[in-house]
Order: sequence, then structure tokens, then C-alpha cells
Amino acid sequence: MIEFRGVSKSYDDGTLAVSDLSLTAASHEITVLVGSSGCGKTTLLRMVNRLVTPTSGQVLIDDVDVADRNPVELRRSIGYVMQNSGLLPHRTTVDNIATVPMLRGTPVREARQRAVDLMETVGLDPSLARRYPWQLSGGQQQRVGVARGLAADPNILLMDEPFGAVDPIVRADLQRELLRLQEELGKTILFVTHDIAEAITLGDKIVIVANGGRIAQQGTPAEIMANPVDDFVTTFLGLDESRSLHVDGDLVVDPSGRPVGRLA
Amino acid sequence: MNYIIAAWQWLAEPVNMSGPNGWEARMVEHLWYTAVATVVACLIGIPLGYAVGHAHRFRTAIVSSTGAARALPTLGVVTLFGLLLGIGLEAPMLAFVLLALPSILAGAYAGVEGAPRDAVDAARAMGMTEWQILFRVEAPLGMPLLLGGIRSAALQVLATATLAAYVGAGGLGRFLFLGLKTQNYPMMVASSLVVVGLAIVVDLGFEIVDRLVRRSHPTRAVAS
Repeated sequence: MIEFRGVSKSYDDGTLAVSDLSLTAASHEITVLVGSSGCGKTTLLRMVNRLVTPTSGQVLIDDVDVADRNPVELRRSIGYVMQNSGLLPHRTTVDNIATVPMLRGTPVREARQRAVDLMETVGLDPSLARRYPWQLSGGQQQRVGVARGLAADPNILLMDEPFGAVDPIVRADLQRELLRLQEELGKTILFVTHDIAEAITLGDKIVIVANGGRIAQQGTPAEIMANPVDDFVTTFLGLDESRSLHVDGDLVVDPSGRPVGRLA
Repeated sequence: MNYIIAAWQWLAEPVNMSGPNGWEARMVEHLWYTAVATVVACLIGIPLGYAVGHAHRFRTAIVSSTGAARALPTLGVVTLFGLLLGIGLEAPMLAFVLLALPSILAGAYAGVEGAPRDAVDAARAMGMTEWQILFRVEAPLGMPLLLGGIRSAALQVLATATLAAYVGAGGLGRFLFLGLKTQNYPMMVASSLVVVGLAIVVDLGFEIVDRLVRRSHPTRAVAS
């Protein structure tokens, strides 16, 4: 369980990235932080593994304040997947995946073997093991990123817009894959995105973050869709006037008559 | 053209070639000066460059001081140190280290600083210590740039090491200054030819090392 207790983050120039935010992400669930760019959601995520230190407030993992833990040890115990994969360009796929286990002292051969197993888990052909990141497609790089995040078998996985830079078809594929993995693994996942559709697809719980890092609304996708609390959430969900849809024959159309979907 | 032919004849003369004052011995001496100055400059420049590149601080200080150091006329520096330290190898060595330092510092610093931000961020997020980030991520990724810096430093020193003879030390400059005084121009041309030949060989050596490094870390992202 990850708990944010009244956290704030302000920078020297006076910008307030997060203001007095409290939030609990339940174990073995996917909690999605969703909001527009610059709303502070990534800052929140990075507080969990101490890449960002809150100006005030606490972040607790299973009731232990992360501030009391050694940052290096803490980070090695938490999986981290980022946008643009962040793979080490001078290391092959297997060595990228095996990074954290090797940092923790797992023998090289064992770490590499586990890395190859993980490649299969995330749907990568083991023949790609000796390729360098630039020899992989965007989707493959993200899969390597996910495998790397899982390599040390962490309880917690932090995912910062991991599928933001791939095309919609690959993204849908990766999202399905993540849900399948989650069925098997049951990690505590904190997932950041600006894409509300992605949030609804993946989230057991969604937290809509408004500018300045305050929570606009949180709940299950169904709860939020059914009862948006204010105009901001309504607009963010695409439930405002401009998106009030109606059925025209087999098609679902928007107010200007443009087709946006089809009845099943 | 006559001078060139005469220079080759001078080089081929066994008397000029061997013995403690022959050009072969002077050539080895010359290479030795170059190697020592480059290594000493590496010992100072690489740690300093890595520190600045990793910390992303004091950048302006480094850039402006290396820029200023590059503008120093080496002959003037050799003379100045010669006056302070007297005849011998110390003064020119100090000047050569000063000459080699800017390129090496810039190479070390630029290579480390230029490592992709995403990769460095990911390395930190995975739980690498700052030392591990420096030596396992930034330094390997910056290796081609560092090598480039060492390469140009070594070549600069090699070309300038002739000045060692100006304050009484050895090296191929001996023949240059002797030839100048005795109007023995074939001797001057001959020693210049040896310096040029050395420069080409050393540059080729660096080219080979550079290719080996790039092959062991084939990263298109940092190819320069």
C-alpha cells in the first residue's frame, strides 16, 4: 500500500507542483493518476522512490515513511518504467533487463537467464536479446522497459506514461498485455498518464489530478463516469456538451453529426 | 625540393640515425615526452571533467578557463616556466600538460554531460549510486568524446614537444634548433619529417582504439 499524507512540493521559483495532497493506492491494484501536462502527477510518482523529495508531508509504503529508507535500496526494491523507455543505449536488451538484479548482486549468468525468461513474459522474442535499444521498435523498447521494471520482482511498479510515445495500435496492445500481466502478478501499480481512455482501460482506481497537484476526483472508472463532481472532471472525461452523443441508425454521432462509434 | 632529398639523405645516414644523439633516440624521447604530458593531463583532466559533467555545475568556470588556457602561446609558457624553473625538462613538461589539459577536460566533461538524460534518470530510478551512474552509464557513453579529446591533446603535444629543446631538454626539437643555428636546413626538414610521421602514426593508433571502443559499445545515439 502506498500512502501520500498531506504532501506538497514547491520549487524555488515559487511554482507549486503539488499542494497538500493525500491519497492511498491499495496493494495489488492499478491506481492511475491522470491529468493534463504539468499538473504534478509525475512529481507525485517520483516521490515514491525519492527521486523527488516533498517540501512537506510524507509518503509511506506499507506504513514506513520512504524518507527513513536508504534511497538506493528503496529504488532497487521498486520497479520503474518511464516514457521513451530510458534504456541504457550501450547495453543489450538482456543486460538492460538484468540491470537491477545485477546491482543487487545476482550472478551475471543467473540474471541474464531470468532476463530472457522475462522477455517471454512481456511478449518479446528471445532472439532480440542481444540487440541494442536503437535496433528495436518503439513498442519493443517499451516492452523491454516493462521487463526491466519487473526484473527484481518488486512489489511496487511505478509507470510514468510508459505507453505515451507509441502509436495507438501498439499502445492498445501494450495495455492489454499489462492487464494480462497484472492478472498473473498482482503488483501494486501506480500509473501516470494524460490519456483518460488509458486511465479507464487500466485503472482499478482513477485519480484525476487538476493543475497545481490537487485531486479533482477519485474512484473507480464507473463511479467517476457516473458522477463527475465538477465541470473540470466533466470536461476532462469528455462528457461535456460537445461530446453528448446520440444514436443515428447503427452509428453513434456527436452533436455536429460526426460519427464517433458504432453500436455493437 | 633539394632540401627534401637532402633531408631523406640525412635521415638515412647511419651516423645521424643511431647513438644517444641519433634521431631514433630523439624520436623515442619525443614520444616519451608526449606520452608523459598526455597521461599527466589525463590524470588531472578526466576526474575534473567527470566531476563537472556529472554534477552539471561550474560549467561556465570550466569552459572559460579552458578557453583561456587554449589561447596561451606555448613558446611563451615554456620560456616563462624556463625562467622560473631553470634549464631542463620540468618547464616544457609543465607547459605541455597545460597545453593538453583543455582538450582532455572538454572531452571528459562533454562526454559525461552529453549522456542521454533519460538514460541517466532511469539509472538513478533503478537504484544506481552516483558513482555507478558515472562509471557505468555516463563514462561509457562519453567514451568516444573523451577519446577525441585525448587524441587532439596528444597530437598537439606531439607537434609542440619540439619546444622542449628550446630550454635545453631533448626530443626532436634538438635538430630543429641546432639546424637553425648552424643553417643546416636539411637537418631541420628531416626532424620535421619525423615529427609529421610520428603524428600520422599516433593518429592512426587513436583511430584504431576509437573503432574498437565504438564496436564494443555500438550506440548510434552518441555517435559523433
